[in-house]
Amino acid sequence: MPHIIEMIDIIKDFPGIRANDRVTLQVEQGSIHALLGENGAGKSTLMSILFGLYQPDSGIIRVRGKEVAIHDPNVANELGIGMVHQHFQLVHNFTVTENIILGIEPRKGLVIDRKSAAARVRKISELYGLNVDPEAIIENISVGMQQRVEILKMLYRDAEILIFDEPTAVLTPQEIHELMHIMRRLVQEGKTVLLITHKLKEIKEVADQCTVLRRGKYIGTVPVAETSEARMAEMMVGREVNFHVQKKPAEPGDVLLRIECLNVRNPKGLLGVKNLSLEVRRGEILGVCGIDGNGQTELVQAITGLTPVESGKILLKGMDIAHVSVKERFSCGLGHIPEDRHKHGLVLDFRLDENLVVHNYNRKPFAQGFVLDFKSIRTNANRLIAEFDVRCGQGPATPTRSMSGGNQQKAIVAREIDLSPEVFIVAQPTRGLDVGAIEYIHTRIIAERDKGKAILLLSLELDEVLDVSDRIAVIYGGEIVGLVNASETDENELGLMMSGSIRKAV
Amino acid sequence: MANRNRDALVVSLVAVLLGFLTGSVIILLTGKNPIAMFSAMIQGASGVIIKTGKFNPRYIGEFVIQALPIILTGLSVGFAFRTGLFNIGAEGQFVVGSLAAAIVALGVKAPPGIHVVLVLLGAMVAGGFWGAIPGYLKAKFNVHEVVVTIMLNYVAFFVNNWAILDVFHSADRVKTAEFPVTALLKDPMLSQLTRGSRLNWGFVPVIIALIVYWFVIEKTTFGYSLRAVGFNKDAARYAGMKVNRNVVLSMTMAGAFAGLAGAIITVGTFNFGRALPMAEGYGFDGIAVALVGGNVAPGIFLSGLLFGMLKAAQPLMQSQGIPKEIAGIIQASIVMFVAMKHGITYILERMRTRKEPPKEAEA
Repeated sequence: MPHIIEMIDIIKDFPGIRANDRVTLQVEQGSIHALLGENGAGKSTLMSILFGLYQPDSGIIRVRGKEVAIHDPNVANELGIGMVHQHFQLVHNFTVTENIILGIEPRKGLVIDRKSAAARVRKISELYGLNVDPEAIIENISVGMQQRVEILKMLYRDAEILIFDEPTAVLTPQEIHELMHIMRRLVQEGKTVLLITHKLKEIKEVADQCTVLRRGKYIGTVPVAETSEARMAEMMVGREVNFHVQKKPAEPGDVLLRIECLNVRNPKGLLGVKNLSLEVRRGEILGVCGIDGNGQTELVQAITGLTPVESGKILLKGMDIAHVSVKERFSCGLGHIPEDRHKHGLVLDFRLDENLVVHNYNRKPFAQGFVLDFKSIRTNANRLIAEFDVRCGQGPATPTRSMSGGNQQKAIVAREIDLSPEVFIVAQPTRGLDVGAIEYIHTRIIAERDKGKAILLLSLELDEVLDVSDRIAVIYGGEIVGLVNASETDENELGLMMSGSIRKAV
Repeated sequence: MANRNRDALVVSLVAVLLGFLTGSVIILLTGKNPIAMFSAMIQGASGVIIKTGKFNPRYIGEFVIQALPIILTGLSVGFAFRTGLFNIGAEGQFVVGSLAAAIVALGVKAPPGIHVVLVLLGAMVAGGFWGAIPGYLKAKFNVHEVVVTIMLNYVAFFVNNWAILDVFHSADRVKTAEFPVTALLKDPMLSQLTRGSRLNWGFVPVIIALIVYWFVIEKTTFGYSLRAVGFNKDAARYAGMKVNRNVVLSMTMAGAFAGLAGAIITVGTFNFGRALPMAEGYGFDGIAVALVGGNVAPGIFLSGLLFGMLKAAQPLMQSQGIPKEIAGIIQASIVMFVAMKHGITYILERMRTRKEPPKEAEA
């Protein structure tokens, strides 16, 4: 098959860093081509060059065999290149059709011809099995659907090459599965898909070819079917990676966190958590898995004090903390890695060092009386940056907003693990991180367990829950429908419980 | 942060330049010479009369007098803004502060030195209370502070006029009796020093207020938590900070700054309490000062001086045949250009990226 895109010997320099160092990418027409690399490996830079957002310092780009200069995204559009961004660019109170035709509205005289636009949207949607309702309002549809609207936007503009930038970061396991299906369908209809990701499983499942980048350099292109996940991980990270965290069997002690008959309302006013009871013991990791939106968020927020408790008890070392302030919970020995790093985890407009002391800014050594001690705040930041390999351009003074998502996450994890709380609520600790960083964070969480802490881990990544936990609770519809030992279960059983098909307790 | 402060400074400077440019163009359109406006401003700020080369310190005194209250109301608006609150109520807090200053000046007997401090404190307490009301309503019932503060401006205005006209009035119905000397910031010495200007000791509390503002916001744990709440309420709540308490405290502090401004006018510029025919606009000037000053103490100080200068230059401009309203137009355009900061930073970025490639190396 001919190459629809060829990027040859691309070099792109930024001040102080060579983001792309003689990178070559050749994509066959009608294939799914994955671009794999850690955070900061140069994937997004390369795609931004292809999409016309950056100009390469040297190198050749050919589209359909013809050399082109893509100096802005409009040129890319004309060449049939479309990009599905990680953060969707949709108007929330517009309908699907209105969003899709935005900027290229078909007209009938002076008015927009909504009818024919909607008909065309419906036709494309059916052709690719997207199953999108053209009349739905964006804010009423799920994240997965919104992503399909983004895809439709590209298809409506006759894109032939679709770039997906980390498309599964925001999706539930089902939605991921459906997206994979859609990608295959796109290829069947003659489109070409470029998939930017650091998730090996997805590549293995859907891609034909995989190009690996590491620290800006081209490492190689391999056929996915003939390459193992371990081999690809090694290419990406530059060393062998342990997928399965090494850990000793748990030695659970007394119960540190006991939840009794907890009921919590969700933002819609319905019970998001129903009559839920759980126990976490000293020296064990209890994983909670479930499909997104089954009460995990409400559970975490109720334990940590961000959402009021309707009824029930939350006993921390025997003391009921269900109705005390967030601050008191922290001082009782509760710790929390929040699932939403931008909303709860960080003050994006603070410097990195300021963000690393949000819990103890008013205590020694970071404050003398009521005056902040900026020197020790900086020292603390430098220590955590080194220990957790947080990459930040200007050290402790880096504006947090300017850091990449993965490094923001590392900063939060560093701050929380460093507090070493006795009862540790860990929600989505490795969201958006690459395998190297995931491995390190898992090791640190297990080290906390071995120190005798009680850890409650909530994650949408089934692998993570299976790997790290000692026991696993499955949450469905706000209730615990299964409680199993991690060593005695598998993905299948958990999947069945997550969908509410079976119940089981040990 | 340093980067962002620098950008904010550049934006403000560009806005000031564009503001003066707009003013000059309008003067040209009216057929006058803009140079006359600039010489009026230089005269207003430095006391040097360009034409004759003579120096008259009275102008400096009057210039400082104009800048003092709006620096304080600027601090008021800025302080609330750092906590994510929009204090439109500096005007009302100012008026309540003035009234309280008059009451303490007339109603309390104390030795010199102490009396005036009591007057200032009284005004700050009253202004602080007036600010705490919208703060409390916001914290408790999530009532929007903009609505409450605007309405409280009217309440303050009419309470003040009622109190002066019906309760504390002297023979002259629209004024109170004159205050005892012990209650005043006025000092004949300062006035003589500046050839009869209204300069008074009011600059001392203003300097202290600037230092307190800077220290509290930038250096203390309280300031840290205020800024955290201002930037991201959810993250502050997650970290266990008392968001609602901070909202109330921040509005109280903001009100105290504005109340102090009221006292400085009442016992500094004047020596009696006044009924007001209309709102004097110090609170609204404070919004402009805080905006142009980027809500940081040094910025508020400088922009307060700038707007003070514009006010002080108005009579001088008129004497040179230039409509004094031009100063108002310049002030308004500066605020407008600052509000266009995204546009200005965009243009600056474009100019920068033309020279060097973008910094962001996120991949």
